[in-house]
Amino acid sequence: MRTSVILQTATRFLQPLLLLFSFFLLLAGHNEPGGGFAGGLVAAAAVILHALAYGVESARRTLVVDPRTLIAAGLLVATASGIWALAAGKPLLTGLWRGGLGTPLLFDAGVYLVVIGGTLLMVFALMEE
Amino acid sequence: MLFAVASGFLLAPVAPAVQRRWPRPAGWLLSLVPFSVAAWLALAGSRLDGGALRWVYPWIPSLEIALSFRLDGLSFLFALLIALVGGLVILYASGYLQAHEHLGRIYAWLLVFMASMLGLVLADNLIALFVFWELTSLSSYLLIGFYHEREAARAAALQALVVTGLGGLALLAGFVLLGRIGASFELSELSPQAAALQEHPLYAAALLLVLAGAFTKSAQIPFHFWLPDAMEAPAPVSAYLHAAAMVKAGVYLVARVSPILGGTPLFFYAVAGTGAVTMLLGAWLAYRQSYLKRMLAYSTVSALGTLMLLLGLGTPAAVNAAVAVFFAHVLYKGSLFLAAGNVEHAAGTGEVSRLGGLARVMPFTALGALAAAASMAGLPPSFGFLAKESLLAGAVDAPPGATWAPWVAVAASAFLIAVTGLVSLRVFAGAPGQAASGAHEASPAMLAGPVALGVSGLLLGLAPGLGRLLEPAAGVVAGAPLAMNLGLWHGWNLPLGLSALSLAAGLLLYAGRDAALAAVGPLGWGRFGPAAWYRAAMQAMLKTADVQTRLLQSGYLRSYLTIVVATVVVLLFVGGWGRRGWPLPAPAEDLRAVETLIVLLVVASVAAAVVSSSRLGAIAALGAAGYGIALIFLFAGAPDLAITQFVVETLVVVLFVFAFYRLPRFARFSPPAARLRDLVFAAATGALMSLLTLAAAGTALHAPISGYFGEWAYLKAHGRNIVNVILVDFRALDTLGEITVIAVAAIGVYALLGLRPAGSGK
Repeated sequence: MRTSVILQTATRFLQPLLLLFSFFLLLAGHNEPGGGFAGGLVAAAAVILHALAYGVESARRTLVVDPRTLIAAGLLVATASGIWALAAGKPLLTGLWRGGLGTPLLFDAGVYLVVIGGTLLMVFALMEE
Repeated sequence: MLFAVASGFLLAPVAPAVQRRWPRPAGWLLSLVPFSVAAWLALAGSRLDGGALRWVYPWIPSLEIALSFRLDGLSFLFALLIALVGGLVILYASGYLQAHEHLGRIYAWLLVFMASMLGLVLADNLIALFVFWELTSLSSYLLIGFYHEREAARAAALQALVVTGLGGLALLAGFVLLGRIGASFELSELSPQAAALQEHPLYAAALLLVLAGAFTKSAQIPFHFWLPDAMEAPAPVSAYLHAAAMVKAGVYLVARVSPILGGTPLFFYAVAGTGAVTMLLGAWLAYRQSYLKRMLAYSTVSALGTLMLLLGLGTPAAVNAAVAVFFAHVLYKGSLFLAAGNVEHAAGTGEVSRLGGLARVMPFTALGALAAAASMAGLPPSFGFLAKESLLAGAVDAPPGATWAPWVAVAASAFLIAVTGLVSLRVFAGAPGQAASGAHEASPAMLAGPVALGVSGLLLGLAPGLGRLLEPAAGVVAGAPLAMNLGLWHGWNLPLGLSALSLAAGLLLYAGRDAALAAVGPLGWGRFGPAAWYRAAMQAMLKTADVQTRLLQSGYLRSYLTIVVATVVVLLFVGGWGRRGWPLPAPAEDLRAVETLIVLLVVASVAAAVVSSSRLGAIAALGAAGYGIALIFLFAGAPDLAITQFVVETLVVVLFVFAFYRLPRFARFSPPAARLRDLVFAAATGALMSLLTLAAAGTALHAPISGYFGEWAYLKAHGRNIVNVILVDFRALDTLGEITVIAVAAIGVYALLGLRPAGSGK
């Protein structure tokens, strides 16, 4: 794939910003617009931008873990956050809170990971065609 | 109690590890599990004293389903034997499959099976009973198919699963009916309502459904054929599943429900009739076999028929006899199956005509087998003799509708005595057979089972205290305490005479077997028997699947799309229009200028996408339309939706670009007619979706629940963003499902893209 210096330079600035923004969306989601879904999509977009500018191989290296692992980890985290409530004697997926933190955030993190993993799995597979 | 039942389930996963870690003593170690369960049961049983103990663990309270267990005379007898024989069988398997690489696996499955069986006989709740029932079917599928590299074993396992599984479905339906009629799923709450249940119009349906389950499981004709085929399993599995435990589940169920459903003419004819036919035909079919294990299998079918017949007769004498025959059968048949395993193991064949004189090289196996055979033939002083006496007494004492019962019993016994001779005398006594050359005695682990079971069957006839174990069981079946008068000598009476008559006839049949079989000729059931129905049904199912697959699965994405879209459009148009028309909302009057602009932008983008002559152009235009929609969300006050929509649109464009990147240039192949048809489809779909959206906006089935969410989002879920609170808290289960779908879909796409045949460029 031909690469563009402009795109690469822009990516170097945009990617961290996008990732930061995706974290912000995830964390702020409970009270402000955002959430795991939107956050995950933005994070995936950041990695895809990298893949467009530097190629899929480089994007995989930056990601460190395989998208499939992300999916599995996400499902695991989301399920675990639900089972936590079960262990505390409450119905599955009941939100448990201590101070400002609660299991819904953990659940949202699971959603975040699954969305990143799922999107990247598909996009990488298509780009590597 | 819960722990006693669950111990098998808990230990099964570690059984293979135990086998790997301590390969030599693994069998002895693991057999401690069933033996300690048996010891615990014996302790608990000693406190019974004719009553019942009950344990209730909440399971699904909202459906009134509890994990309740009941230990009474009947479940105690069954559970004790299941645990004891289970221990012996695990021990036996450690020797029989010593060299097999998957020995640990069979330990695990045997433990799972034993635990399911214990749950089945101890459950008081019908739904729990059903779950354990199905677990036995599943674990038996794995056990029968243990030699999974053999085609015959796989087919036999599947056949057993299909037949008993179908029966299981009928059973569930029967249980649900019973539960609805009696307003409870607890057996102990249903039995006081027996009279009311039997007068209910649905009684017959419930009874027949339950019996269908019991008959398939207990291999009653015409469902018997899976049992002989299941002899593909290793010998310990056959001994456990097909002599001691699983096939007795149906008998147990009929015994358990007799106080509730029994006593009616329907029950009598269905159970006693099926039992009598099975008893007689099973004995005859056993007599015809030439292979050791298949003979035993058919004789088991016959014994199961005997038990059903006795339970169907339902008189006190018959119920006593059923319990005695059950007990005797577990001991002698378990022993014979294990001994048959030893013989096959040592001599390399189970073909009776090639065996003989094995007592000289396998003295202990012969001891166990001959002791068991004495019990099976009903020779004094074995327990089998007592059981047969009570069986004949029960048959003589039959109610008026079953005056034929003694003759059926004598005829079946005669054939079974001949079979007993074939599986014992022919194999162990006489001149050495062709296959005797390499034969050798089996290891101690493989002798414990057959000898213990066989000899105890022989000697228990002399044990006076046995009535204390069996009487409570018979009492539970009869619904009232019964006295069991077990004794070797009751004086010169009719049962004794009949016993002698059957013995004489049996010896004649044994001696004249070749002549008798030659005179009758081949059976001819191969093409018309129940096994052929099963094959025909399976083939018909495959053919139907084949035809409908070829009809629907053309392999062309475009035809799938056409079918799916056309179905949706037609059904929704007809359904929606036909019912009540489309309720359209009133046109909005306060449209803002910016909204008008966005709508114009969307319409223009769509038009551009339609007329664009390049794919990339069309994709970009679609993306622009999507951005327009996102803008509408934004202005309508849904920033979450807008953010997601923006990102999704962006990503979709990227995905499309990569998907289409390698495709050849846009060209027109379709003839005008096809293009016109596509236009109609597309337009109809678009129109339908627009109408649906409008109709959904204009319909209020009930008050919107957004108010509730708005009110409680912060108070209960500590979040001000209602959308997100709904996603991660109020409707978290939905979200969990959705992310699972995302995961599966992504993996599916990944797998499909990876699937391309090697070397093809497209």
